[in-house]
Amino acid sequence: MIKDRYDLVVVGAGPAGSSTAKTAAKAGFDVLLIEKRQEIGDPVRCAEGAGKKGIKRHVKPDPRWISAEVKGSRIFAPDGTKLEISEERSGAEVGYVLERKIFDRVLAEQAADAGAEVMVKTPATGLITKNGQVVGIRGRSLGEAVEIKAGLVVGADGVESLVGRWAGINTTLAPSEIETCAQFLLKGVRNDDHSEFYLSNRLAPGGYAWVFPKGDGMANVGIGVLGSRSEGGMPIELLSRFVNDKFPSAKVVEVIVGGVPVCGPIERTIADGLMLVGDAARQSDPLTGGGILNALDVGVIAGEVAAGSLEEGDVSREALGEYEKRWREKIGVSLERSLVVKERLVQLSDEDLNTLAHSIKDRNISKMGLFGMVSLLFKTNPKLLWSFRKLFKSKG
Amino acid sequence: MTVCVNRYRCGYCGACVGVCPNAAIELVETWVSVNDKACDDCSACVSICPIGALEVRGE
Repeated sequence: MIKDRYDLVVVGAGPAGSSTAKTAAKAGFDVLLIEKRQEIGDPVRCAEGAGKKGIKRHVKPDPRWISAEVKGSRIFAPDGTKLEISEERSGAEVGYVLERKIFDRVLAEQAADAGAEVMVKTPATGLITKNGQVVGIRGRSLGEAVEIKAGLVVGADGVESLVGRWAGINTTLAPSEIETCAQFLLKGVRNDDHSEFYLSNRLAPGGYAWVFPKGDGMANVGIGVLGSRSEGGMPIELLSRFVNDKFPSAKVVEVIVGGVPVCGPIERTIADGLMLVGDAARQSDPLTGGGILNALDVGVIAGEVAAGSLEEGDVSREALGEYEKRWREKIGVSLERSLVVKERLVQLSDEDLNTLAHSIKDRNISKMGLFGMVSLLFKTNPKLLWSFRKLFKSKG
Repeated sequence: MTVCVNRYRCGYCGACVGVCPNAAIELVETWVSVNDKACDDCSACVSICPIGALEVRGE
């Protein structure tokens, strides 16, 4: 039964919300995790790739939610030039291809095991405030209006977040700050457990196309288009073209759409009595679009800061500044770095992209991580990638 | 003018909510609801939709 007061109410049971709820509940606080959908993790809005190490930091690997393990990555330039990265390094970027429908629910189960209450089919519809401080949420639970008081509220409500905006935090994404994506789950794809990325303005303007193996001849095949270069329906049309061309005999067994924030760190993710986490806080990586690991890591920080603030009885914006500081220390640099790279890459013509690929295709890149490759590209093509110089300036 | 959502086409991903400068759109479980009073017909939502489910229609 839902109570009318909790120490912490978390809105949204994706990885960020469940991670926050679990951490705070473990610390002994009374936590409610609400999810608007009736099933956690469904429908999926994700390409489902995540680094192995990062996942293992939070949860013991379980074949129930690991669809495939990738052996390496291949990046294709517009003219087909192939760059290959081996598993041991690219594992940092993509290692597992997950089954999010199960993964997300397992994370929520862990929050429940830690003592959090979980309520599905329960959207938040507004915030309760007192003297400018958030002190609870309004919502609907199984269709009934509810008011739930909270010592602290966490908005983990995804790309479509309204919780932050209700509290006066501007999380609006400009079209150039979001990738609009479409994906098919295909059956009948031959692949050898490599994830593939296709860069091309023709295939995916300002974004990329991907093939992530899911095992048994299945694969997530998708396309992301930079919002400012898209128009209504473009991603699904480009995807259909890509799939017809590349996997003509494969069958579409699932259609997935989604928007991925690629704006980099936003100015503020806290208000009096409120914190934002995950996609709601725009913490997804602007270059890769990956968001799961950041969400899990930041969720732990949010849960710890929530516990500390509740313990002290101070949930003011000043007190929650601890969260702001710690999450930026953890992922701020990598978000900023990815933003610099992405902002330049989306300006490049297909010819430029080909030039970049040719410049390093005979170099020994197979053991490089993504950033190692970026560094080599800069050294080899300083003129074309002049804006990258700020990434390599020595501090001091 | 008003933004219309084709519910039969919509994949309820919430991209339109993320780009709406007026917080006029809400993703309610599996449907998108537009608050006509807050909407100023900027059509950012129409352009961002990956599946082409939104359009601005005249009165």
